[in-house]
Amino acid sequence: MGAAQQSASDKNASAHGTGGGGTSRPDAGISAGVLQNNQVGEGDMIQLLDAHGKRQAESTFGPYIDALDAETIRGFYRDMATVRRFDVEATALQRQGELALWVPVVGQEAAQIGSGSAMVPADYAFPTYREHGVALTRGLDLADLLKLFRGVSNGGWDPREKNFHLYTLVLAAQTPHAVGYAMGIQRDLAADPTTEPAAVVVYFGDGSSSEGDVHESMVFAASYDAPVVFFCQNNNWAISVPFEVQSKIPLVNRAGGYGIPGIRVDGNDVLAVYAVTKWALEHARNGHGPVLIEASTYRVGAHTTADDPTKYRRAAEEEIWKAKDPLERLETYLRAEGLADEAFFEQVKNDGDELAAHVRSATLALGGADIRQKFATVYAEAHPLVAEELAWFENYQASFTDNETEQGGAA
Amino acid sequence: MKTMTIAKAINEGLRATLANDPKCFIMGEDIGSLGGVYRVTEGLKAEFGGHRVMDTPLAESGIIGTAIGMALRGHRPICEIQFDGFVFPGFNQITTQLAKIHTRSDGQLSAPVVIRIPYGGGIGSIEHHSESPEALFAHTAGLRIITPSNANDAYWMIQQAVACKDPVIVFEPKRRYWLKGEVDTENSPGDPFKAHVLREGTDATIVAYGPLVPVALAAANAAAEDGHSVEVIDLRSISPIDFDTVETSLKKTGRLIVAHEAPTFGGIGGEIASRMSERCFYSLQAPVIRVGGFHMPYPVARVEEHYLPDIDRMLEALDRAFAF
Repeated sequence: MGAAQQSASDKNASAHGTGGGGTSRPDAGISAGVLQNNQVGEGDMIQLLDAHGKRQAESTFGPYIDALDAETIRGFYRDMATVRRFDVEATALQRQGELALWVPVVGQEAAQIGSGSAMVPADYAFPTYREHGVALTRGLDLADLLKLFRGVSNGGWDPREKNFHLYTLVLAAQTPHAVGYAMGIQRDLAADPTTEPAAVVVYFGDGSSSEGDVHESMVFAASYDAPVVFFCQNNNWAISVPFEVQSKIPLVNRAGGYGIPGIRVDGNDVLAVYAVTKWALEHARNGHGPVLIEASTYRVGAHTTADDPTKYRRAAEEEIWKAKDPLERLETYLRAEGLADEAFFEQVKNDGDELAAHVRSATLALGGADIRQKFATVYAEAHPLVAEELAWFENYQASFTDNETEQGGAA
Repeated sequence: MKTMTIAKAINEGLRATLANDPKCFIMGEDIGSLGGVYRVTEGLKAEFGGHRVMDTPLAESGIIGTAIGMALRGHRPICEIQFDGFVFPGFNQITTQLAKIHTRSDGQLSAPVVIRIPYGGGIGSIEHHSESPEALFAHTAGLRIITPSNANDAYWMIQQAVACKDPVIVFEPKRRYWLKGEVDTENSPGDPFKAHVLREGTDATIVAYGPLVPVALAAANAAAEDGHSVEVIDLRSISPIDFDTVETSLKKTGRLIVAHEAPTFGGIGGEIASRMSERCFYSLQAPVIRVGGFHMPYPVARVEEHYLPDIDRMLEALDRAFAF
């Protein structure tokens, strides 16, 4: 029996003074399929749709899918196709010089739509900078995501409206924020039991898994039983560095070291991702503490539009993963089961084109930014140095008489 | 009026804050049952519970990072960093995340996290326990930095930091923790981001903050014996800096000494000197002179007396200023 096999049973013993709710943990709700040792091998992961789109029986997570109606499953496909179409449009906008950079999501649609769809509105998501699919499930206008990449904002939306935090570019820096937010939920519940139960999902990748913030976050989350789901999209490449440089073992096996449950899931199987995330969120919301999910997927495209994968990986590897395409897999299933007809797929395509047109026109209409708005948001309260420098800037601008001179905000 | 040490004044300030604001809590290493390595939080866990005075895992990035998350949820965390030299594992979270969240969100979010850091030398300690890293944080827009030099400011500043909507770092002069002073718990000393003129003078001005304020006052007393009238300003706030108060004094005295324990190179003294030369060049009777640490890692305790600015170093600087 490996040391990490204690992960579930020892949790009660290891938990000490929590920040709020969740002090009691009857057997932590551990079920079959949830990692309780560190013996998970490369091919050992939860899959509910195989690579050929055939439904697999599974007793812990399968029932979450059995409970879904056809419309919901069609919705998964629609969302995946929508974000893929969005991704194509954003890439084109970058190539046309309208965006400084773009971060493609192609290949990871199931991991994002599946996990994002498992959240309820009260839950809160902390993304990296590639969670365009999750943004869609949270109800954002995807055009807002492009403000960052067009250089008009470092954010682009109010995170409180859809409980979807700003993109974070400093790798893993968002993980402790997510744990803290989850600890805040615990405090709110302790202060007012009528607070709506909620959990947090924090996204990170195989590269970020090496950052110290991921480690510290898991320590904090485990210690305080924080209702947070660590959702790792292992897309196998951290820009040019392969996964093997980040870890010698599947990342999910690290869960045992923190005394939290871990689940490895086929990240290209939207049904499996949805089911395991639903399970993990319920586990967290019910006061049983954090869960680590490792979604095995692949970054089919480049890291960003500035990247060139031909320099570091073989086309043959990309072909292997293209054969595991998450959209084709669900489409095969929907057609085989008679859950969707040709008209549905036609409609999805048309809707995607419509969204792409909206994103394009909204982006081109964004206009510029105004540096006065940046002066205004350095601090929440008045600050004499900022005021002095703004006054200097205004005088400086006013000293130009030429109408064509920039006025602090590009048109 | 009550007489108490700076450490006790901070303790009382924290107690008042915890009592007044149910969303406020303290988090850090060894701050609960132990009461912190300097006992600044002594008795608070017993009074408010582990929920409000929370011992954390030993991880500074985790402390700051989770505090940011809790602040985003509407809570008011006060983080204790155990020693100045141990803040750096949390430096990334403070500078890339905490300082920027308000502007990154176009003003929609704020993370009013308070970070308490005991700083400075003179306690004969081992390495990483005597540093003055305030300039590193002052250089980061989005942070506010204040430092009390006396018990009354210590009592009020921690409460004012929590009340501020911006992130605030409170640098606490650790070698003065046991310095006693009068505390007026009824009347606030006012804006924590304003400098205070502690002693009026006509011939020169010494600006100091935190642990060097008593040294500056002693130097002014010594200078008076030589017939020099020296004004002393307690800067109190390192970001923003109250340049107006310094400028007003300099226009009166014509000579300015800026003293801090931190190395002079790239420090707060250089910033003040530069601003004053821009603002009131023709009022200067002498160059602005900095008195501070050397460009070296904080030295071993046996020689720290040679590193730390003392009365004689300030008097030597005054001599140079008067020689012009």
